[in-house]
Amino acid sequence: MYAYTDFDRDFLAERNAQFRAQVERRIDGSLTEDEFKPLRLMNGLYLQLHAYMLRVAIPYGTLNGAQMRQLAMIADRWDKGYGHFTTRQNIQYNWPQLRDVPDMLDALGEVGMHAIQTSGNTIRNVTADHFAGAAAEEVADPRPVAELIRQWSTDHPEFQFLPRKFKVAVTGSAFDRAVTAAHDIGLRLVERNGEIGAMVLVGGGLGRTPMIGKVLADFVAFDDLLPYLEAIVAVYNLLGRRDNKYKARIKITVHENGIDEIRRLVDEEFIPRRAAFNGADMALLEKIKADFAAPDFVAGSGEFEAQYADDPVFRSFVDTNAVDHKHPDYTILTVSLKAHGATPGDATSDQMRVLADIAETYAHDELRISHEQNVILPHLPKRHLRTVFDTLAEAGLATANIGLASDIIACPGMDYCALATARSIPVAQQIATRFEELKLEHEVGPLKIKISGCINACGHHHVGHIGILGLDRAGVENYQITLGGDGGPDAVIGERAGPGFAYDQVVDAIERLVRGYLELRESADETFLDAYKRLGAAPFKAALYPEAKADAA
Amino acid sequence: MPRTFTPKVVTANALLEGDVVYLTAHGDWTRDHAEADLIKDEGTAEIRLLEAQAQAHEVVGPYLADATPGARGPEPVHFREAFRTRGPSNYPHGKQEA
Ligand code: HEM
Ligand code: SF4
Repeated sequence: MYAYTDFDRDFLAERNAQFRAQVERRIDGSLTEDEFKPLRLMNGLYLQLHAYMLRVAIPYGTLNGAQMRQLAMIADRWDKGYGHFTTRQNIQYNWPQLRDVPDMLDALGEVGMHAIQTSGNTIRNVTADHFAGAAAEEVADPRPVAELIRQWSTDHPEFQFLPRKFKVAVTGSAFDRAVTAAHDIGLRLVERNGEIGAMVLVGGGLGRTPMIGKVLADFVAFDDLLPYLEAIVAVYNLLGRRDNKYKARIKITVHENGIDEIRRLVDEEFIPRRAAFNGADMALLEKIKADFAAPDFVAGSGEFEAQYADDPVFRSFVDTNAVDHKHPDYTILTVSLKAHGATPGDATSDQMRVLADIAETYAHDELRISHEQNVILPHLPKRHLRTVFDTLAEAGLATANIGLASDIIACPGMDYCALATARSIPVAQQIATRFEELKLEHEVGPLKIKISGCINACGHHHVGHIGILGLDRAGVENYQITLGGDGGPDAVIGERAGPGFAYDQVVDAIERLVRGYLELRESADETFLDAYKRLGAAPFKAALYPEAKADAA
Repeated sequence: MPRTFTPKVVTANALLEGDVVYLTAHGDWTRDHAEADLIKDEGTAEIRLLEAQAQAHEVVGPYLADATPGARGPEPVHFREAFRTRGPSNYPHGKQEA
């Protein structure tokens, strides 16, 4: 794993001391809220509906046991004993007190973590495939590139006041588990003539005007990558709309100017920028790569095959939550933070400590946070799977539902978020509970349901096979359904199905939709998304709105 | 005819804890919606909001929210404000914690 240098540690300590002084000056009245707000946001501190909220970056979702344990300590000492893992590989604390935040930041700094650029119009936490370095089909580990970008973008003087926030995601796999097409810049590592480089997508994003990113360059060699990215962000910094917050993202810049014009400007900007880079970035990349070297894998799968054959509960857990690792005696295990009826993405401090212990004891001390709000043990030897399963089960962490109907992404919605127009969490809880009661989700198979509490789309509803958007319709909560969205390599924005549903009708509507799919599919191998692609929206709408069908008859 | 005015309360978040608070008739802050001052005309509402804004050492982001007289005192009108009087749905946190 990447290890912070003394320079990094001093930088964080100094920055935290600065913020501590700013908090004191806000409390003693020498700073107004207008003066203080940009300073607190620069340090990840929001004010939400019922409390402050501190957003902590987990760069490319990677952390070790000591870091996870520190996150648990912070939750116990200064929050309410839990944390919320988000779709941007962050953790959010929902209940900090203003006075305590500098102490929380210092505690994070002790384990090389921080909240810098988790807010504001800057390049945000760089996200990456959560199976990086472990997946069997990976072209290359995306994390060294993500780390290089993180170092380049953190405190980059030119890019602290962009027209709007800027999000970069990197994948090294053709399966694109990082949703690169929904990011301002998406990088897909690809091989060309034996060399690894990056395909560069630009102008993706969700929110008010959802758009799929367009290919700006098929292949950028690594030694051109930072100057190329710098050229893109510089072009955006100049052209991006500052007159209208809702048109400020690079997706609008690309849309208004056209991808060819953006490419021309980027290519032009690239020339002087390339000349200014002296190769130090490539020396750095080599050093970073060494930090991400794979652990020493231990061969042998012990009693795994027998254990797998003996116990159907364990077998179902493995089949649903574990996938192939590049080493045959290892597996990548996703630990669900979506127990039926629980808040998607929340982990208690005890659960965080269990995960830290497991990682340290059995799994080469590595953990990941996925954009799907789950935790991953990327390097788990098969011989320890049974023990790990039992330990997880004791901690309430052995739910076998990865990729199924109850593995729902839900943004904080109006239970926490000041921008929300409706709640997300209770809807997710009720849908998951319903599918558990029906015992249907394993039969239904792969299905991504995603929920956002407002048009900002933090819950990625546009790329859900079933997306749910909470709105305020004349003072009551109302939920609009989108269908057929996909966040994979051929990303698609879902289509709106029709009128929204009241809070107490939305769960029934989702059940009708899923039952409709079961009637429509050709076989158990045809997923919800495949059936939707084959049949189009009409039969799914008919399942959602049976009364409309009756009216028409 | 003057436009009808929906009665209002002044609400904000406490500077130190972030808790939802309401301006009382005495000009201080309460955490209980029922103890808020229910303002019945637009002119008074604007003055009271200015008063609240002057208390930036105690609260953050004061605004006017619709309210209606209830049995115990003012009650929120919109569901967002109703949630703010309680706390999140998923845990007994916030004001419902005690
Ligand atoms: C609770 C506090 C939050 C606030 C105030 C907030 C605010 C926003 C806003 C204003 C946007 C739209 C920005 C734009 O298009 O320019 C947005 C989009 C987004 N946010 Fe959040 N958000 C919050 C929580 C989260 C959480 C918990 C996540 C998950 C990690 C998240 C992830 C996203 C994503 C994925 C998008 C859309 C992607 C895009 O357009 O690039 N946000 N958020
Ligand atoms: S989608 Fe809206 S409600 Fe949900 S977290 Fe984002 S800003 Fe808040």
